[in-house]
Amino acid sequence: MTAEIGHLALALALALAILGALLPQLGAARRDPALIAAAVPLTIGQFVLVLIAFLALTWAYVVSDFSLAVVASNSHTEKPMLYKLSGVWGNHEGSLLLWALILTFFAALVALLGRNLPARFRARVLAVESMIAVGFLLFLLLTSNPFERLSPPAVEGMGLNPLLQDPGLAFHPPFLYLGYVGFSVAFAFAIAALQEGRVDAAWARWVRPWTLVAWVFLTIGIALGSWWAYYELGWGGFWFWDPVENASFMPWLVGTALLHSAIVVEKRDSLKSWTVLLAIIAFSFSLLGTFLVRSGVLTSVHAFATDPARGVFILGFLALVVGGSLTLYAMRAETLTAGGLFEPISREGALVLNNVVLATAAATVLLGTLYPLLLDVFTGAKGTVGPPYFHAVFIPLMTPLFVALGLAPFLNWKRADLKTALSRLWIAAVTALIAVTVVAYLTWGGPVLALLGVAVGAWMIGAALTDLASRLRQGGRWMRLPRAQWGMSAAHIGVGVLVLGITGATAWNRESLEVMRVGDSLSVGPYTVRLENVAPVAGPNYTAVRGVMVVSEKGRAVMTLYPESRTYATPPMTTTEAAIRPTAVGDIYAVIGEETKGGWAVRLYLKPLQYWIWIGAGLMALGGVLSLSDRRYRIGAPARRKGAAHAA
Amino acid sequence: MRLKSLLPLLIFLGLAAVLWVGLGLKPREVPTVMIGRAVPEFDLPPLDGRTQGLASAALRVPGVKIVNVFASWCVPCRVEHPQLSALKNLPGIALYGINYKDNVADARAFLDGLGDPFAAIGYDRSGRVSIDWGVYGVPETYVVDGDGKIVYRHVGPISDDDLKTKFTPLIERLREGA
Repeated sequence: MTAEIGHLALALALALAILGALLPQLGAARRDPALIAAAVPLTIGQFVLVLIAFLALTWAYVVSDFSLAVVASNSHTEKPMLYKLSGVWGNHEGSLLLWALILTFFAALVALLGRNLPARFRARVLAVESMIAVGFLLFLLLTSNPFERLSPPAVEGMGLNPLLQDPGLAFHPPFLYLGYVGFSVAFAFAIAALQEGRVDAAWARWVRPWTLVAWVFLTIGIALGSWWAYYELGWGGFWFWDPVENASFMPWLVGTALLHSAIVVEKRDSLKSWTVLLAIIAFSFSLLGTFLVRSGVLTSVHAFATDPARGVFILGFLALVVGGSLTLYAMRAETLTAGGLFEPISREGALVLNNVVLATAAATVLLGTLYPLLLDVFTGAKGTVGPPYFHAVFIPLMTPLFVALGLAPFLNWKRADLKTALSRLWIAAVTALIAVTVVAYLTWGGPVLALLGVAVGAWMIGAALTDLASRLRQGGRWMRLPRAQWGMSAAHIGVGVLVLGITGATAWNRESLEVMRVGDSLSVGPYTVRLENVAPVAGPNYTAVRGVMVVSEKGRAVMTLYPESRTYATPPMTTTEAAIRPTAVGDIYAVIGEETKGGWAVRLYLKPLQYWIWIGAGLMALGGVLSLSDRRYRIGAPARRKGAAHAA
Repeated sequence: MRLKSLLPLLIFLGLAAVLWVGLGLKPREVPTVMIGRAVPEFDLPPLDGRTQGLASAALRVPGVKIVNVFASWCVPCRVEHPQLSALKNLPGIALYGINYKDNVADARAFLDGLGDPFAAIGYDRSGRVSIDWGVYGVPETYVVDGDGKIVYRHVGPISDDDLKTKFTPLIERLREGA
C-alpha cells in the first residue's frame, strides 16, 4: 500500500511541477500577481509530495518489502540497517528519486527564504526549478519507476553489492547530489537574470551563497568518493580519472570558477555575462555527468545498470535544458552591460586568470573523458587516454593558477602593483624555497616534478598565512575579521595542503608485494612488517580472513594492522578491507589477498602525506562553511540590506 | 547577436550530436587493417624482475595465440581480468601480454594483486610496438592463428558475453581448421 502512495505522490508532484513551470512564467510575462504568487505554494507542494514518495521507498527498504522490484534486487533481510537505508539511493531508481528530492528541497528553500527577492524574479527562478523537476519526475515515472511491483514477490532480496556496503559510500551519493543539484539554483538565477535582462550586485549576493553551498557539498562528496576508493578498492590509489569521477570533477571545476567570478560581479559590477554563462555551464556539467553515468556511452568501473532508452531520455532533456538556456544566453547576453574596467594586473585580473585556468581544466577533463567516444564516432576506433594524459595536461595548467592563488589577495581592485604585492610575500617565497631545499635533501634522487609540487604547495600556504596575519594586524582583534576572510584563508591553505598531499602520495609512494607465510617479515620504507597470524573471522553478513601484522620501526613495535579479505554470500563477492594507519610520515596501507603457494599475497604501501589530501579537502570545505556563515553572504542576508535587494 | 554569445551554443550542439551518435554505437568490435596480416616484427624486453619477454617469433609457432595489451592504470583492464584468466584455461591456447606505457612497479602490483594469466609479457614502455600493432587504446586483444596471422581484434574490455559468443567459437574454429 505504501508503494502505491509513493507512486501516486510522484505523479501528483509531476502535475504540480508542470503547473509550476508554466503559470509563474505566464504571470511574469503578463504581470499577473495571482499567477506570480502561485509559484511559492506550487514549489513547496512538489517538495512535500516527493518527500512522501521518498519516505514510502525508504519504508519499503526498512521492512524489506520484496514485492518491490528495486528492493528485491538491491536489498536483503540480513543487511545492516545503515545499508538498508543507504540502499534506498544505492541504485539507479532510488538515486534519481534522491535527485528529485534534493531538487525540490532546494527550490522550496528558495521559495521560503526568497521573500525579499522581487516577486517576479523569484517566480521566474522557481519556474526554472519546476521545469527541471518536470524532467526528472518524468524520467522517474517513464523509465525508472522505483515503485514497480514484482509478481509474485521475491522471497529474499539479492543484496547490495558489498563494495557499496561502506559508510564512506553510504553518504557519498547524497553529498554529490546536494552539490550537483545545488548548482540548479545558480542556474535558475542565471536564466531568470537573462529573462529580466539584469545582473547586479544583489544578484551576485544571492548566487554566491547558493553556489558556495553546492560547492561545499560537492567538495565533500568528491572527497568521500576518493576516500572510499582509497581504502575499499584496495588498489592504493585515490583518483583514477574514471569517467564517473570526472563527471563529478567537471562541475566542481566550473563551480569553483563561478564562486570566484561572482565576487567580481558583486564587488566590481564586471564579468556579468561570463558569470551567467558559468552558472549555466556548472549545472549543464551536472546534467552531463548524470547522462554519462546512466547511459552507458562510456565504460567505467562504476557499472550502473545502463539502458539506452534512459540515455535517449536524458540526452533529450539535456538538449532541451542546456540548448534552451544557451540559446537564451546567445540572444540576451549582450543586454548585460559591462561595468567596472580593470587593468590586467589587479584583483579582477587574478580572478580572470583563475576562471580561464579552471574553465580550461574543465574542458580538458571533458575532452579526456569523451575521447573514447569522439574517437569512436569519428574514426570508429575504441580507446582511452588514461592518467598519463591528465597528468601531462594538469600539471602545467594548474601551476600558474597556484602561483596566482597566493598572490591574488595582495592585489588591489582595478589596478595593482605587482612589485608591492611580491615584496609583501617574501616570507612565503622563502618558506617555499626552504621547503623545496629540505625536501630535495630528504628525497635526493626522487622525482624532480615533486619539488614543483612542494614549492607551489608551500607557497600557497605561506601566502595565505601572510595574508591572514597582515589583515589581523590591520583589523585589530581577530574576532573583528569577517568570517569570509577566515573562509578564504582556510580554503586556500586547504588547496596548498591538498597539493602537498597529492605530491607526497604519488611521488614518494613505496610499495612491497610478496607472498608471506605466517612469521615472514617484509620491509617498506623505514618500517618492517611481520605477519603474525592469519585467522578466519565472521561478520554480520560476511566471513573474512584477517591477517595480524605487527609493524616495527628500528626493532620497536609501533602498531598492529588487521587487513581483511571478506567474502560475502549475497551477492557472492570478495572484497579487500585494507588496514590503513596514519603515521608521522604518512599512511601505512596493508592488503591481504588470496592464499597462494602456502602463503598469503600481501601488499604493503607507505604513502607519505596521504592523509594531507583529506585534510586539504576538509579545509576547503570548512572554508566554504566559514564564508557561508559570514553575515554579508549568509542566505537571506539581503533581508538586512533591504535597499540593495529592492534595487534588484 | 554576436558570434561570441553564440559560441557556447554551437559547441554544445556539436557535443550533443556526438553524444547522440555515441548512444547508437553498440558494437565493440572494430575492423582493423591488420586483420589477415602477419604480426608485426618486434622484440620486447621482460618487465624488470622477470626473465621472459615477448618477441614476434613466439607468435609464429603453431597453435592459437592471444595477445592482450594492458596497463595497470587502465580501469577496464581490471574489469576484463577474470575473463583473461578464463581464456588462459581454454585448451591449446597461449595467452601473451603486452604491457603498455606502464610503470614497472604498478604493473607488477597489478599482476600480483589480480593474478598473472600470461605465459609471457613484453614490456612496451614507449608504446612503439603497440603502434605497430595498430593499438588505439587499452585494453585491446588480438587472436593470432597458427600461421602467425592476426585473425581477430577485440577493442575494449572482454565481457563474459564476449568470451562465450566471440572468443570461444573463434578459437574452436581455428583449432579445427589447424
